[in-house]
Amino acid sequence: MSIEFRHVRKTYPDGTTAVEDFSVTIPSHSTTVFVGSSGCGKTTLLRMINRMVDPSEGEVLIDGEPVSGIEPVALRRRIGYVMQNSGLLPHRTVLDNVATVPVLTGTPKAKARQEALAQLDRVGLDRSLANRYPGQLSGGQQQRVGVARGLAADPNILLMDEPFGAVDPIVRDELQQELLRLQRELGKTTVFVTHDIDEAFLLGSQVVILQRGGIIAQIGSPAEILAHPASDFVADFVGAKRGKRRLTAEERSAGDDVLLVDAGGYPAGVISAPDGRLILAGAGPKSRSVSNKTDQAGDA
Amino acid sequence: MLFVQAIQWILDGSHWSVVNFQAGIAQELADHLWISFVAVVFTAAVALPIGLFIGHTGKGRAGAVVIANVARAVPTLGLLSVLLVMWLAFPPTVLVFVLLGVPPLLAGAYAGLESIDRQTIDAARAVGMTERQILFQVELPLAAPLILGGLRSSTLQIIASVALVSNFGINSLGDFILGGLAANDFVQMTAGAILVTVLALLVDGVLAVLQRLAAPRGVSRGRGPSTARVRRLPVAPRGAPIPEGK
Repeated sequence: MSIEFRHVRKTYPDGTTAVEDFSVTIPSHSTTVFVGSSGCGKTTLLRMINRMVDPSEGEVLIDGEPVSGIEPVALRRRIGYVMQNSGLLPHRTVLDNVATVPVLTGTPKAKARQEALAQLDRVGLDRSLANRYPGQLSGGQQQRVGVARGLAADPNILLMDEPFGAVDPIVRDELQQELLRLQRELGKTTVFVTHDIDEAFLLGSQVVILQRGGIIAQIGSPAEILAHPASDFVADFVGAKRGKRRLTAEERSAGDDVLLVDAGGYPAGVISAPDGRLILAGAGPKSRSVSNKTDQAGDA
Repeated sequence: MLFVQAIQWILDGSHWSVVNFQAGIAQELADHLWISFVAVVFTAAVALPIGLFIGHTGKGRAGAVVIANVARAVPTLGLLSVLLVMWLAFPPTVLVFVLLGVPPLLAGAYAGLESIDRQTIDAARAVGMTERQILFQVELPLAAPLILGGLRSSTLQIIASVALVSNFGINSLGDFILGGLAANDFVQMTAGAILVTVLALLVDGVLAVLQRLAAPRGVSRGRGPSTARVRRLPVAPRGAPIPEGK
């Protein structure tokens, strides 16, 4: 299920342009992240995929089929959607929330609930929560229910609109790892929107950095973007320019761990170097998992 | 002790069948309730669809506020006289009370829908609910307490005002008030006033219980303060010009 944006443009009646001429191909079975500051049109673009927003010009295609030709309600039922603050129905139990879409598409209620229980297992929620109401859950638990609901109808496409934006950093970390695990298991075509560049680099195999008006500042893998920022804007956005990601090894180090500091002189992490020799873990962005912990905590 | 005498007057069994050779309490009570009931049904038939439409689509809100305010400003007794002089019968009576009952219910309906978190509705739409499913499965259950709050106000106003029809020879509990006034029988007059008041409060109490029961479980259960919030909201629906009719 690949998704293609073809010269998409969105202008609102009051004359503001949210997106001008956006074209991107989203490969199937992998995660693409739209990242940018507020007002860059990333959510608008995401919502064009399930026709919550219709483009003024241009087309969005799923496997070559224009979504404009698909009835919105039918389209939305086959695309998973997870949003910030979960968007759960407050008057329905966790189980009924998860079973929402299967019930809408005609699955008998008892069967849908049975399958919803399995979805709870999948997203790491205890079955004892099944009969609670969303208001009785923590923010992190609510987001897990949101993900379970998004996956319940087994959609090929999963849209996630800043799903972890409102939870605390520790829970966010857990949820991100959980999502990576799910993605390895399920291989959905996932489109993820965030304003957090660290989250984008962690989750995305393809990252699209957006500027105001949905203009693509750079598109590529996290490693490509980090190693070769296309512009000052990108360098600034990913933190390379501020020196947050330019790490140097501190001279005085005890034991086999060498302390890494960023350009501002702040400790950013450690790297193991037995006998003063760095262990190279293959090229690429893997090393960031040890290098930028403080960075992430600082941003949160 | 006028008040005690009035209570005794009501408790006097003979007054339930005949008062001054005319209809007794039972008959007047039945007529009063019947006119009120018909008026409330028509009020709901007019106000609910309009209120739900406005609340769901967000369209026509300004117009509804204006019309509701105008309707509230109409002098009930005056309109009743005009209509009855032109067309002495049951239908115009009901029409006047519908006019009186529509604004609170209309406000309750659209304020109830508007009070729902936009994100909840957006999410319902995004997972593939049709507009009808959003209305019946999301908006109505969540707005039920506010809608019933509006219905309570409407009903209270209608029951209290129906006594006016006695001015025009139509049976209602107002007969005791007017009859008592005419005959300088202040005991009967007070008894009539008490009957109207108690009836209004009783019906209001029943609706209050319904309103409580209608509060969606997930919203009222497990979070103490939110129960209070749901109950307090009807007093001041957002942007609604109508105070609760108490």
